[in-house]
Formats: sequence, structure tokens, C-alpha cells
Amino acid sequence: MFEDFINNKDTWLSGKGPFSEIIFSSRIRLARNLADYSFPLRANKFQKEKVLKKIEEVHHGTPALKNTLFLRMQDVSELDRQFLLERHLVSQEHVLNFEGKGLVISSDEKISLMVNEEDHLRMQVIFSGFDLKKCWEIVDEIDNEMQKRINFAFLPNIGFLTSCPTNVGTALRASCMLHLPALTFTKRINKILELIAKISFVTRGFFGEGTQALGDFFQISNQISLGVSEAEVIENLSGVVNQVKEQEMDARNLLLKKQKLNLEDNVWRSLGTLQNCRLISSKEALSHLSILSLGLDLGIIDDISREILNSLFLEIQPAHLQKIEGRILKEGERDYIRAQILRDKLGQKND
Amino acid sequence: MLCDICHKNIATVHLTEVINDKVIEMHVCQNCTKTEEFKENLSIQELLSGLMDASEAKHKEKISLKCLSCGLTYDEFRKKARLGCGNCYSTFKQQLLPLLKKIHGSLQYVGKKPVNSESRILEENKTKELQKKLELAIQLEEFEEAARLRDEIKRTNEHE
Repeated sequence: MFEDFINNKDTWLSGKGPFSEIIFSSRIRLARNLADYSFPLRANKFQKEKVLKKIEEVHHGTPALKNTLFLRMQDVSELDRQFLLERHLVSQEHVLNFEGKGLVISSDEKISLMVNEEDHLRMQVIFSGFDLKKCWEIVDEIDNEMQKRINFAFLPNIGFLTSCPTNVGTALRASCMLHLPALTFTKRINKILELIAKISFVTRGFFGEGTQALGDFFQISNQISLGVSEAEVIENLSGVVNQVKEQEMDARNLLLKKQKLNLEDNVWRSLGTLQNCRLISSKEALSHLSILSLGLDLGIIDDISREILNSLFLEIQPAHLQKIEGRILKEGERDYIRAQILRDKLGQKND
Repeated sequence: MLCDICHKNIATVHLTEVINDKVIEMHVCQNCTKTEEFKENLSIQELLSGLMDASEAKHKEKISLKCLSCGLTYDEFRKKARLGCGNCYSTFKQQLLPLLKKIHGSLQYVGKKPVNSESRILEENKTKELQKKLELAIQLEEFEEAARLRDEIKRTNEHE
């Protein structure tokens, strides 16, 4: 299953779309619950099955979902579940406790609907580059079409009802994934993250959920869903993301002006490591790929394709390695295969 | 770094959440991510419980409410910070509203309306109207009319 996904050219990591050198992708997530059914965390097996059946039925007659597939998570292998998680198409919760859960997914990976996660429906639309409006248009259309067939839990004063009170209202979470290597390099990132938190937006590391954002990828999202309209959430987040993008560009210019040699040294060393390593962890690989990506943006290196570089961010993850190899790899073996793939894809032109 | 829960294994899962200036960190080993303790300890729950404590401090009596639709008690909600069904919002309204105000800073929904809410309300009113007529017809022993009304209610409900 999902073998084609690895070769998908036009996913959220394709490096296309507005400002995609810093803003890698934009995503909208909308939560909905069916009226008159207990939320999934409170529902038993039979109640969850009823919801799954209902969504499966509605899925067939929803034009906005015509290029999507309906799946039950129990029919997806463990490796494939992990693979979907690494591609950010499902959540950790959806992978760990997969029983009674479903997934609606489009072949281009832009649309994915988790069924029976924390809420009955978690609809996600994700695009490469800075394009929250487009994401919203699609999610809005799916929501509208589904509402013609099912009633969602809603109260006039507080909006759409969700399992967690932090999502109630629009039940919308908009986010952008930003690559901020220069802000990290110049240590200005912490100050900026503090400021973002002060104005009620949330920042998380994008890879690995770590305290430290691996590969300098950060995800910025709105925190509030009640008292602001969908359009306002998107507009406000766009404003914040734009500001952070400007800051990153400033930091990049500063680096070029004041620490050019230092920067070049880092970029070439990273390339050297990735082209010659024999064993490498995903953490180390991510940090070198991040610097390489910055080097490519700033014209320090130019003979590597953006597409290949971006795809490597995912391909070096454990489940991806195993999909590429077509077999289960032991933990130690992964570092070896990872190094092999990196050398292969970033191999020097002249050898 | 050792796991925050078992204090034995090396922590490999690191969670950070920045909410309203507060940074909450958790470091857990792979095994402990599957435990109830981990799930219940997720920062969002802690934060919400903290907010709930603050709003309850004013009236000290214990709140023993239970949702009639899904059976969730207020105590369970406090522990897990998750509602059980749409009806919980009405059951725990008094406790929830101050909490929502604290989380979102507002209690006025301004987003999109359900697509069919207006037509749905009209349909509901129509059914109620028909129901009244039906009751009246039965009282007046106009059974033919009652049967007609019964069928019409059935059709309206199916239409929904």
C-alpha cells in the first residue's frame, strides 16, 4: 500500500508554491463531530463502527472527495501506519491506538480525513508553500458537502463541538511549516518563539516533537478557535508567518554579510558528511540536510536539486527507509541504509 | 536524560508545549508513552485542570454532575480534559463557560454556520406543528385526518 506516495512529485514537500524556500507548507485542520453520537474517546467498539459506516457512506457521495480512498486503520500494516505518520497524514494517536479508526486519503496526499481520532472527523488539507487560503477553500467545500448529508454537533453560542474544549468554536487549526536555519544559527529564534507565544500562537518543532526542533523546522499555528472567524484566524496566522519569514530573510542576509566564510564552511562540511557517511542517525542527517537547504537557498551550492533535497527530509525517516528497501530493517541497519541513500542521492556529479 | 515516569529508561520522546507563555516539557521513554499515566499527564490536560481549579476555587463544594447522554461525570472530565459527547456541553455548561473564556478569551462564536441549520430548524418547527395537529385530531376522533398527519410526519422525518 502507498508505494506510489514515495514518488509523488507534487506533495506538500515539493518545494513549490509561494515563498516555499522558507515556508515549506501550509495546512488547515478542521474538527467535526456527528451530532447524537458519543465522541470517539467515550465510544465503544459498536458506536465507533456506526460512525465509520456513516462516514464511509457519506464519503461515496461527496464530490469534493472523489479522488480519495476510504480505509480502516486496522487494514493498514504497522509499517504503513508509521509511514503515514512520517508523512504527516495521520497523528501519533491514530497510529498507536488504531482500532475502530478510519482514514480518507487522496492520492496526491493533499486531503486526509482521520475518522474516530479524538473527534469523529479531523479533516486536513495540506499544500506546498504559503497558501492557507487554498487549503481553507478545499476543507470548507468538503465540510459543506458533508453537512448536506450529516448533522454535526453545533451550538449557536459556542460553535462546532469538539472533544477537547481548546478546539471548540470554528474547530479550525491553521498552521505553516517554516524552515528557519538562519534564525537558529544566529540564535535569534528563542526571542521570536517567545514573541509568538505572547500573541497566542503556538510553535512546535516539526520533526520528532522534540524540545529542540530537528532540522530547524518549526510549525506555527493558531491557538484560539472561539471568538474569531475562520477568515480572521487565517489572516492573523498569515501575518505572523509573514513576519517570521521576514526575520529569517534578515538573518540570512546578515549571515551572508558578516559570517559568509563561516556559513560556507558549514554548508560544504554538511555536504561532505552526507556524501561520504557510512552510518548516520536521522537526527544528524536532518541537521546536515537543513544546512544544505540553506546553502542551496543562498546560492552557496547549486548542483543539487531542490526536489531531491526536500524529499530526503522524509526518505531518511525509519518507515520510509523500510518502504524504499521493501523490508523491515533493524535499528542498527537503518543508519547504514540511510547513509547509502544519502550518498546515492547526493552523490558527486564527477564520479 | 531519564524518563519522567519510570525514572529507569532513557527518555526518547520529548514533548514541548508553549501555551500562554508557559513552557511545559516532558521526557518519556518509549515504553511509558503507552501507559495511562503518560496520556493523563499530557500537558494540555494539566494546563486545563489548572484552569479549572482556578475557576472552582471560588465555590468550594464538590461538583457531582453526570452527562445523561454519554455518562461522563464532571470528575472524569476534570481528569482527562475531554468531553464525552455534544450533550456534555449543555450538562457542564456552568463549569465550561468560564473555562472556555479563559482558554479563548471570548464566549461569542463568530465562525461559519452549519450549512443546513436554517432548513433544519424549519423542518423541526414543521414537525412540531404537525404533531400538535395530530394530537388535536386524535382528541376530536378525526381518525382519517390523524392518519394523514401521521404519514406526513413520517415523510418529513425521513426527508431529514
